[in-house]
Amino acid sequence: MPVLPERSEPSRGTEAPSDHDHAFSLHDVRQVRGEVVTLESLDMTLPRGGITTLFGPSGAGKSALLRLLNRLDDPVTGEIRYGGQPIMSFPVRELRRRVGFVFQVATPFPGTVADNLTVAAGIAGVAPDTVEATMHETVSSVGLTEDLLTRDASRLSVGQLQRVGIARALMTGPETLLMDEPTASLDPETADTLLQTVSSLAERGLTIVMASHRLEEAERLSHYAVMLDAGVVVEAGPAVDVFASDHPRLRAFLDRVT
Amino acid sequence: MPAIPVQLPGEAARAMIDLSWLDLTLAAGLVLMAAGLSRRQGLGLTRDLLVGAIRTVVQLALVGYVLVYIFAWDRWYLVVLALVVMLAVAARTATDRQDRPTRRLYGILGLAMLIGSGLTLVYIGAVVVRPDPWYDPRYLIPLFGMIVGNAMNTASLAAERLAGEMDARRAEVEAYLALGASPTFATRDAVRRAVRASMIPMVNSLMVVGIVALPGMMTGQIIAGASPLAAVRYQIVVMFMLMGSVALTGTLVPMWYRATFFTAAEQLRPQPVD
Repeated sequence: MPVLPERSEPSRGTEAPSDHDHAFSLHDVRQVRGEVVTLESLDMTLPRGGITTLFGPSGAGKSALLRLLNRLDDPVTGEIRYGGQPIMSFPVRELRRRVGFVFQVATPFPGTVADNLTVAAGIAGVAPDTVEATMHETVSSVGLTEDLLTRDASRLSVGQLQRVGIARALMTGPETLLMDEPTASLDPETADTLLQTVSSLAERGLTIVMASHRLEEAERLSHYAVMLDAGVVVEAGPAVDVFASDHPRLRAFLDRVT
Repeated sequence: MPAIPVQLPGEAARAMIDLSWLDLTLAAGLVLMAAGLSRRQGLGLTRDLLVGAIRTVVQLALVGYVLVYIFAWDRWYLVVLALVVMLAVAARTATDRQDRPTRRLYGILGLAMLIGSGLTLVYIGAVVVRPDPWYDPRYLIPLFGMIVGNAMNTASLAAERLAGEMDARRAEVEAYLALGASPTFATRDAVRRAVRASMIPMVNSLMVVGIVALPGMMTGQIIAGASPLAAVRYQIVVMFMLMGSVALTGTLVPMWYRATFFTAAEQLRPQPVD
């Protein structure tokens, strides 16, 4: 039986949760990929603001969960709410602009870094005369240097490309950023600086929901944490509590990876 | 009477040598030679070559009799029926070439080919060639045959290339979708490449027409006794006609096919569904 987060009542029925601290609330969410059940009767809430870290063994359902939150996939059953509203009630493109997604490996779009960011701004309908300013602001907020703007995006290092992926998502002006193992393909040093960038984005008011396998950093940086295993929530709550939990599956996992 | 006769009406029939069944039997010697070569070199094609030769004889003989019948009856609906059958067979063939030949894809390819070939035929028939009566099978059937044959190859290539691009570009397409882009925007490069790939054979044949390849229709008209200049004029019209149908079909197929890769909620499907 998954341990439910103690911060609030999970939303039941159709009424919106009274608590507006929630970015997302999930009720009885089940997801299947092919023949495999990736998420099973998931009930949880994720707070607005700060960094929420999803962790757990591979195949635990972290990516499957993130993909539901900006509707890259829809669950087989169950309901997901964003800001109290069912996510199905948002026009899907609007939801995706408000809830950005950063993939494990960023795929460069054709052209330069500036082209990549301009395309993203165009998709979001950013007024053309403000694109330039937004772009410079965004580039510095993700720790890229201005000279990279004219560089062919397909010729960047993995770390630079990952930052372009984040910058691209930021160009659409999201409130929330979902990140699927953003440091998985990076060396430890690059991963550290990337996580600092993520931290600074959260400080500027962005809600971050991040799947991560770098648990020491996650423990230090995140405000909220959810451990998933085999598609169910093992533990969820404020990060300090979760990482101190004596739940046997959580302890066994932490002992194995740290 | 022009200085160079464009048509030789009375002489055309006399100028063409009629081939007897004996002549055909003699020509079949080449089939035996090809089969013999295949057998000697162990190509494993002997059977296919012989079956192919037999099918050639049977299919063409049947078509010959069907055409004789259609020409003799001279009814517009028979001509239209023949055109519809040609289109349906071509659409089926283009669909069966695909890795995922669904009924929906058959519908897409058929409709794209109908529009691409149909509009072209109507334009060529009503504006350029103007046969009398309008349904004269002597013009409509050969012209439509060429149009549909090319449209079929175009549709086949376009669909195959788009499926390939969509498989190869899943990450890119999802990256666009995740930013809030429409499926149309997310697939614009894949679609562009598919359209391009589908038109390349046509563009290539335009470049070498008459130099490397002497088109079948022109050759046929010359053998039948038409002046080469008249044959060339027809061939020019045919090439332009093929450009029209190829461009239309090659543009429509990827445009419509791409929708099958997405759900109603603009999510990428694992595979296009029926």
